[in-house]
Amino acid sequence: MRREAPQKIGDYAPLFFPAMMLIVFFVVPFATMIAVSFFQRQQGGFYVPAFVLSNYERFISWFFANVLGFSLMLAVVVAICCVVLALPFTYLLTRMKRKVQIVWLVALLSVLSLSEVIIGFAWSTLFSRTAGITNLLVMAGIMSEAKALLPSFGAVLTGMVYQAFPYTVLVLYPALVRLDPTLTEAARTLGASPVRAFFTVVVPALRNTIVATLIMVFIFALGSYLLPQLLGRPQHWTLSVLITDQAIYQSNMPFAAAMAVFLVLVTLGLVALTVLAGRKGEAA
Amino acid sequence: MSGLALTNVVKEFGSFTAVNNVELNVPQGTFVCMLGPSGCGKTTLLRMIAGLDLPTSGSIRLDGEDITHVPTHKRNLGMVFQSLALFPHLTVGENIAYPLRIRGVPKEDQKKRVAELLSMVHLSGYADRPVAKLSGGQRQRVAIARALSISPRLFLLDEPMSALDAKLREAMQVELRQLQQKLGITTVVVTHDQREAMTMADTVVVMKGGEIRQAASPMEIYRKPADSFVADFIGQTNLLEAELDSTGRALVLGQPVEGIAFKPGMNKATLSVRPEDVHLTAPGAGALSGTVTFVRDLGGMIETFVDVAGRQIIAVSTPRARPDVSVGQPVGVVLSPDVCVVLAR
Repeated sequence: MRREAPQKIGDYAPLFFPAMMLIVFFVVPFATMIAVSFFQRQQGGFYVPAFVLSNYERFISWFFANVLGFSLMLAVVVAICCVVLALPFTYLLTRMKRKVQIVWLVALLSVLSLSEVIIGFAWSTLFSRTAGITNLLVMAGIMSEAKALLPSFGAVLTGMVYQAFPYTVLVLYPALVRLDPTLTEAARTLGASPVRAFFTVVVPALRNTIVATLIMVFIFALGSYLLPQLLGRPQHWTLSVLITDQAIYQSNMPFAAAMAVFLVLVTLGLVALTVLAGRKGEAA
Repeated sequence: MSGLALTNVVKEFGSFTAVNNVELNVPQGTFVCMLGPSGCGKTTLLRMIAGLDLPTSGSIRLDGEDITHVPTHKRNLGMVFQSLALFPHLTVGENIAYPLRIRGVPKEDQKKRVAELLSMVHLSGYADRPVAKLSGGQRQRVAIARALSISPRLFLLDEPMSALDAKLREAMQVELRQLQQKLGITTVVVTHDQREAMTMADTVVVMKGGEIRQAASPMEIYRKPADSFVADFIGQTNLLEAELDSTGRALVLGQPVEGIAFKPGMNKATLSVRPEDVHLTAPGAGALSGTVTFVRDLGGMIETFVDVAGRQIIAVSTPRARPDVSVGQPVGVVLSPDVCVVLAR
């Protein structure tokens, strides 16, 4: 079907509502943040309109480079862990009976209803010395003495993977349900074991979905600021933790805004790179 | 025994019996078509032969070896699915090479074999095309080539032609049969299209309700159906009620007909008479008399509908032997005893 190019201004009417929404809820707040990032901070927690680069200058240091590097690394690791765990899980889930699938999906949705705070405290209890899972291992005779598993990198990672896992499953689920089940059956009749069929047919056929899911979990994990504080040491704090700290506890809005803008730019750059690499791979 | 042998194969899904006590021998190199209405268990039977479903009981043997519990990927078979199941992320060549790649065949040999197979299915030069860019008939050929790339012990096809249009389907049927004869590979096809079965098969297996009703050559199935279901399912037929009267004479639709041989102990039966075996004659001259209700002139053949005692009998003739009848006219119907198949009722 050939579509006519819009003739009158009225032809653009269907665009107005989404455009308004985007402006009110995204463009205006983000523009405000960019503006604030150039403002001059005053002692006592206020700031005045100005155009200074000092907020960005302060950011260029080894300390912040390290924090940024750690944040990106943590988000990448969380994204990979989530997809590696969720892909086989969701694949097996879609092969189950409808009723079983519903029970699992409801369970996963209920995890989504938990706030980051509750997830954080729950895991900090589970990883504690006095009431944690190590006590079960001691009872089972595997460990000789209960010990605290936090604060540590592993604890931060576990908490964040736990939090992002339901999102990962829900993003992968529709693509896996739509995947023709005879594809794996065909692979098996052609000589591939079920595991081999999964890696040679299901994973490559879902490449685009998997890349999209990795990006989504990566961005989701970048924004996490409570779990690193609850479960990690200060060296496990992410840029989001520092932004929160500057914005709320140090009352340094301009500096927090500068960091946030920088984080958004780095994230967009990384996502663009991934998409570009994916395109190249497809053309080859 | 070489070939495929099914013994007492049963498949139950909960309380539903999909396949009931199936016995079937497929000698090496034969082409078998499993034919039946949807839900008759033919696809389930094929999936059990492929190892995609496990039989509830019974055994499946291939060349004397019990493969009932051998996993699918170790059976060395080739299967074409109804959806074809071509891998969308691979090219034509990569699809065909997939079974070879899985088995660790060197790259060079893979290439050679792919070229061989592509020329066999008349698609030379298509190796680097993406699967999505092919027409229905081409996809069909790729699926067949992929299934045959390891020279499998058994070639299975599940409703392979259902996605093709009528003309292409007829051509592919001939091609598939010729290919099978050239390779001499034991082949099992599931279909609901009896024309397809008659075109390709050495043996047609007619199934209903999870059971085999008859397994025989296409001609035998057509000429000597085992029961009225088979007679009606394969081709067109007239099914007429017949019984013996007190003096031992055969009555067809209440009218006496000479020479119908009932089996001993039978006193009622169903006669199956193919429309092309029914001849029309002057009123009173045939075995039965009736009235013409409709004439369908299809150009290549003419179908005449005759009402005999409330039952409709169809007679088919060629335009040259066109009976001189018109609607409403009384006619005589000739039933020669040698074309009437007596079936239990």
